[in-house]
Amino acid sequence: MIATRFNVNGEDRVVQAPAHRTLLDALRGPLALNGTKKGCDIGACGSCNVLLDGVVVRACLVLVADLAGADVRTIEGLASDLVPGIVQQAFIDAGAIQCGFCMPGMIVAATGLLKDNPSPTVDEVRAGLAGTLCRCSGYVKVIEAVLMAARLAKGASS
Amino acid sequence: MSGPSGRAFKRVRNVGAPIPRLEAVEKALGAAVYTDDMTLPGMLHGALLLSPHPHARIVMIDTARARALAGVRAVVTGADLPHTRVGMLIFDETPLARERVRYAGEPVAAVAADDIEIARAALDLIDVRYEPLPAVFTIDEALAPGAPVLHEDFGAYVKVMDLGPLEGANELCRCRMVHGDVAAGFTRSDVVLERTYETSAQYHAYLEPAAALATFDALGKVTIWSSTQSISRVQANIHEALDIPMSKIRAIAPRIGGGFGGKSEAQVQVFAVMLARAARRPVKIVLSREEDTMAMRSRHPSRIRLKTGVTKDGKLVAREVEAWIDGGAYAEESPVIINVILFFSTGPYRFDAVSSTGHAVYTNKLRASAMRGFGNVQITFAVESHMDELAAALGMDPVDFRLKNLIQVGDQWLGGQPVRSSGLGRCVEQAIERSGWRTKPRGGWVSGEGRRRGLGIGLTCHTSAFMSTSAIVRLMEDGTVALNTGSVDIGQGGDTAMAQMCAGMLGLDVDDICVVAPDTDASPYNSGTNASRSTHMVGRAIGGACDQVVAQLCDRASMMLGMPRERLEIRPGGVVAVRDGNASVAFRDVAMFATHAAIGGGPIIGTAAVTQNEPLDPAHTQSEGMLSFDAVGAFAFGAQVVEAEVDEATGRAEIVEAWCAHDVGQAINPSAVEGQIQGGFVQGLGYALTEEMVWQDGQLVNPSFAGYKIPSTLDAPYAIHSIIVEEPDPGHPFGAKGIGEPPLIASPGAIANAIADAVGVRMRRLPITPERLMFALDPSEAKP
Repeated sequence: MIATRFNVNGEDRVVQAPAHRTLLDALRGPLALNGTKKGCDIGACGSCNVLLDGVVVRACLVLVADLAGADVRTIEGLASDLVPGIVQQAFIDAGAIQCGFCMPGMIVAATGLLKDNPSPTVDEVRAGLAGTLCRCSGYVKVIEAVLMAARLAKGASS
Repeated sequence: MSGPSGRAFKRVRNVGAPIPRLEAVEKALGAAVYTDDMTLPGMLHGALLLSPHPHARIVMIDTARARALAGVRAVVTGADLPHTRVGMLIFDETPLARERVRYAGEPVAAVAADDIEIARAALDLIDVRYEPLPAVFTIDEALAPGAPVLHEDFGAYVKVMDLGPLEGANELCRCRMVHGDVAAGFTRSDVVLERTYETSAQYHAYLEPAAALATFDALGKVTIWSSTQSISRVQANIHEALDIPMSKIRAIAPRIGGGFGGKSEAQVQVFAVMLARAARRPVKIVLSREEDTMAMRSRHPSRIRLKTGVTKDGKLVAREVEAWIDGGAYAEESPVIINVILFFSTGPYRFDAVSSTGHAVYTNKLRASAMRGFGNVQITFAVESHMDELAAALGMDPVDFRLKNLIQVGDQWLGGQPVRSSGLGRCVEQAIERSGWRTKPRGGWVSGEGRRRGLGIGLTCHTSAFMSTSAIVRLMEDGTVALNTGSVDIGQGGDTAMAQMCAGMLGLDVDDICVVAPDTDASPYNSGTNASRSTHMVGRAIGGACDQVVAQLCDRASMMLGMPRERLEIRPGGVVAVRDGNASVAFRDVAMFATHAAIGGGPIIGTAAVTQNEPLDPAHTQSEGMLSFDAVGAFAFGAQVVEAEVDEATGRAEIVEAWCAHDVGQAINPSAVEGQIQGGFVQGLGYALTEEMVWQDGQLVNPSFAGYKIPSTLDAPYAIHSIIVEEPDPGHPFGAKGIGEPPLIASPGAIANAIADAVGVRMRRLPITPERLMFALDPSEAKP
């Protein structure tokens, strides 16, 4: 067992886990943050996307033991006191959410995308979300949500 | 705006409002609870041992070493099951294999342990001795004389329908529908064209893998939370598999991460119950993606031969159809699916004569079963491809040819049921107008170096009224409403649509409606969230129940106001008021009166149960081997135009834009309808271009999202135009028809037609992968 201290959604946490424990299993296990979903466990679907030091990663491909001192932000960390953040609200308002299972990963991917590129084009959104699969939406309203979030964020900051 | 009592009406959002899903906030926050998000005290984790052989006799199973592993709490095998077989229409299956495995991936044993790693380790310690048997993997192999037989005891199995005059040891259903004199029709035709179309196995690929959590209470009653499309089916399936009375089974649906047909029947639920019973502890089973792909379900691979006669001025005369579907190792819904293929074998067109024959066969592969479109996808791909081939043979524009033959309101569908409403003509009109069909050249155009584009059209008809359902609507003391249908929202937006319809019936806002979470301890029967049926069928039940609530409200209000009932009406905002008068009383006051006054008559509650009753007409169509299609109706039509671009160097086809016009009767929630259209279209796009479960020697070689390619944002066009057409269905309180399946049903044919238009090559087999298209473009390339 290895004890690893890292920051999750603004809180310092210590996880005791064997060396092979993934961040995804730690989030869904001892850290009790079930918003991050397990869709494939091989890094192919993006349902477990989280922000690691501000970069979108698959939590199923990250080992907890490698996270000492890291900053992890999950879907739960994008809201404050259950008030949806701008990207979350845009996904709600755009009608992008159907079954919702991929949505934590999708919203995290969109958050990372907008951080790097606050005014993306449609094709830039398509490229930025290509690693996150959704089986319900056909992506049209997902892309609309990201464009809406970009507009809202711009309005909020100006 | 103010009401009769001067009280301000609050703005009510109900039918027609494009509101977000009721639970969207919870899902966006990551706070929605799916089955795998649940934990109970003392809960164990289950894992499944899957057969490595596509066909084998099980000589011996020894679980002693697995049981001895520290942390293992229970091991179960087929020996722990009652000595009965289960199934939907043919009782041919046991939840865990007994004596025999018939596909690679079939569950053989299940383990419950303190954690999932121990459970998986224990699987390796189960000794199973198999004696491999010869196997069949294709329709042709299954039907070949002397083929290995999957089910020698087929004749003795319990069956709930007439399966037709079976021939060949692996045929499980043979059905026919015959209308008119086909031979005479061909004689009368100027052009007769015969072509064969083939489709592959598609995986549902819901993002949430199959999952179940079961626990027994001290009285022997089991509660199961699971990822399912039907709590009623979970309850019934566990009862049938384990011989537990339904009164001792409680099935609950938490949030569901997609289903698309694959979670219609219970499977892991049964294992969770077996393990929980054996371990006397709660047990959760969540399949890995690989296990889900190997052991759940697929869409049926098919081969469909169409022979169609047409006059030289473009009038369809006669059609002969022979269809084969590969059902895999167990029948489940295969007989109904081959029935559906025949039912839709005319497409939405008029014929003088049709003769359709269908065969469903067993092979040593994963069971194929319900998937969004349910047979209609395969036949519509064939029919719509064939329509373009016929139009080409006649030298007609594909749209003009279709318009000349459209089925019309008042016509009888194959089987004899009447078409009561149709927006098909309007759908075609809108799709061709918006896409610029008339202004773009037929035969495609150059869109770049080595690239050509083309347009294709595909029409669809599906039904919305299938299987029975019920609803309970209760007025609570404060005038808000509890709506209880047992209908599971699998992500399509059912809860929201149901609440909107209930609110619409009562003049309330969706926020006034409590949608009761599906729970067999409380909910009335609902056959399931499938067959594009929920908005239509549950809507009818909600309508019936609300009618009773309105009648009771008016009865009580009449006593309270001293006004004759006939003069009372419901007004928006929860008020019963006198027509042309000032007196009124709020729902809340009526509810309090009804519930608490001695003369109030008791709490206000409405209930309704519905099933479609629309008999087939034997004078119109003779049929055999058909399940009762008397309970099928409410046709829903659509038309899609697709613009495809083909890279002639690589054979890769890309869908650039799509115009999808669908008749939904009335859009209860236009935003959700658009989501269904876009999502369905893209699932059809995947089926048409990339998705294929591939078996080699009976082993599924691509059971993962790495090997099985569903569309990503880069594969789907952003420009998918949802065009909502509204021709109300007379049987529904708001005229609504189903939209779950039609967008997927129409798209593969439209896509194949667009590719043919672009590059002049007719692809009759799905998926149209770059390899297949490149070979078709240049046959000198090696055959893939």
